[in-house]
Amino acid sequence: MQLTQSSVGRKIIMAVTGIVLVAFVCVHLLGNTSIFVGADAINAYAQKLHSLGPLVWVFRLVMLAAFVIHIFFGIQLTIENKAATPEANVQVKRQKTGFAAETMVISGLVLLAFVIYHLLHFTVRVTNPEIYVPMGDQGMVDVYYMVVMGFQAVLPVAVYVVAMGFLFLHVSHGFQSFFQTLGLSNDKSLPITMNISKLIAVVLLLGYISIPVLIVAGLVKI
Amino acid sequence: MKLKLHVWRQNGPNDKGRLETYEAPDVSPDQSFLEMLDDVNQALAKEGRDIIAFDHDCREGICGMCSQVINGKAHGGQERTTVCQLHMREFNDGDEIYIEPWKAKAFPIIKDLAVDRTGLEKIIQAGGYTSCHTGGVADGNALPIGKEAADYAMDAAECIGCGACVASCPNSSAMLFTSAKVAQLAVLPQGKVEAHRRVMAMTEAAKESDFGNCTNHYECQAACPKGIDVKFIAKLNREYLKALIK
Repeated sequence: MQLTQSSVGRKIIMAVTGIVLVAFVCVHLLGNTSIFVGADAINAYAQKLHSLGPLVWVFRLVMLAAFVIHIFFGIQLTIENKAATPEANVQVKRQKTGFAAETMVISGLVLLAFVIYHLLHFTVRVTNPEIYVPMGDQGMVDVYYMVVMGFQAVLPVAVYVVAMGFLFLHVSHGFQSFFQTLGLSNDKSLPITMNISKLIAVVLLLGYISIPVLIVAGLVKI
Repeated sequence: MKLKLHVWRQNGPNDKGRLETYEAPDVSPDQSFLEMLDDVNQALAKEGRDIIAFDHDCREGICGMCSQVINGKAHGGQERTTVCQLHMREFNDGDEIYIEPWKAKAFPIIKDLAVDRTGLEKIIQAGGYTSCHTGGVADGNALPIGKEAADYAMDAAECIGCGACVASCPNSSAMLFTSAKVAQLAVLPQGKVEAHRRVMAMTEAAKESDFGNCTNHYECQAACPKGIDVKFIAKLNREYLKALIK
């Protein structure tokens, strides 16, 4: 009750679910960059994940739970925080916070929309049915072919690049927030975690956009 | 100096406020901001007009009564400075200055620039104290407190309760104010006894008083005239986790 209703309790929930999601995007990026090693590498990686069987579903449920809880409390807290300031001053000059921190709910909702599109694109396979070519006899598809063909047009590439811009914003504020919220920061460490936060956000941004951009530029091809 | 002031005028919590423009024709750079407003009010009173209401008391930067958002920044944005300690030499001839009250649901406007900060009192009433038997004055050094803890507690105790943290927070959260008291008492032997109950009660009181939730903008520290550090919010979060697990 305390945890799900109090101000600090919900902040802790946001931090813990948030760090799970950051951990996921980091691991996801590591796995995805195997596409640069070659078709065999990323297909072997996909095969490995596929072979985990029911564990994949346990993992997916945990991620889904973290995702839904993070979004639910994020929206709820934002509504409360807006209500706490019914009328702003005519002049408002911020001294410390930034665009990323002030637009967390917007970048968050854009990422939600992106994740839905991304799942339709590569997991549920709705948007581009022509990019799936069966491989082997266990219902697998050629992941390398799927990704390369999925990024031949400029539009999906643009969507991914823009969405990763929002991921950059979200993580740059969110990661350091985790340490502050769990009481793991002090006056000495906070500036450091804030810089690490931005660094991780930049690495995620460059890492993720490199895949669609290098494909559409023709540097990674079938 | 000659200045043009845009001042928030509002007759009460239910009135719809508005900015009104006033001239300050003869401002000395040696005046404090409040002295400049005193002159404006004197001129208004002479004309038989309604003077601008604003809170003030000690005028030496220690009481926490003055509370104005000047040009969009709580206390005017000068580092570790209350409005009363802000001097007109920081402004230039011909400047236009916007003067507005603390704006938050938890701070209803009484009149013009004066707001009701009872919400902060409610947070203190919920746990900003230590329960102890009264009696004779305790002997000096009967209760040893390490230098580090004493310094830490003193830094937190610098809070003057002005509410600039709330006014500057995009969420109108009072977490810096709350954390300063929680952290101060949590490191002292007198306060440790009730530490768990205190952090729960004080954060709950903040919520009930319509303050928002902290989302780590750190605007509060930048606006605080006493430089209260957001490390105390981290400390509050730590205390909260300890109380939760217990």
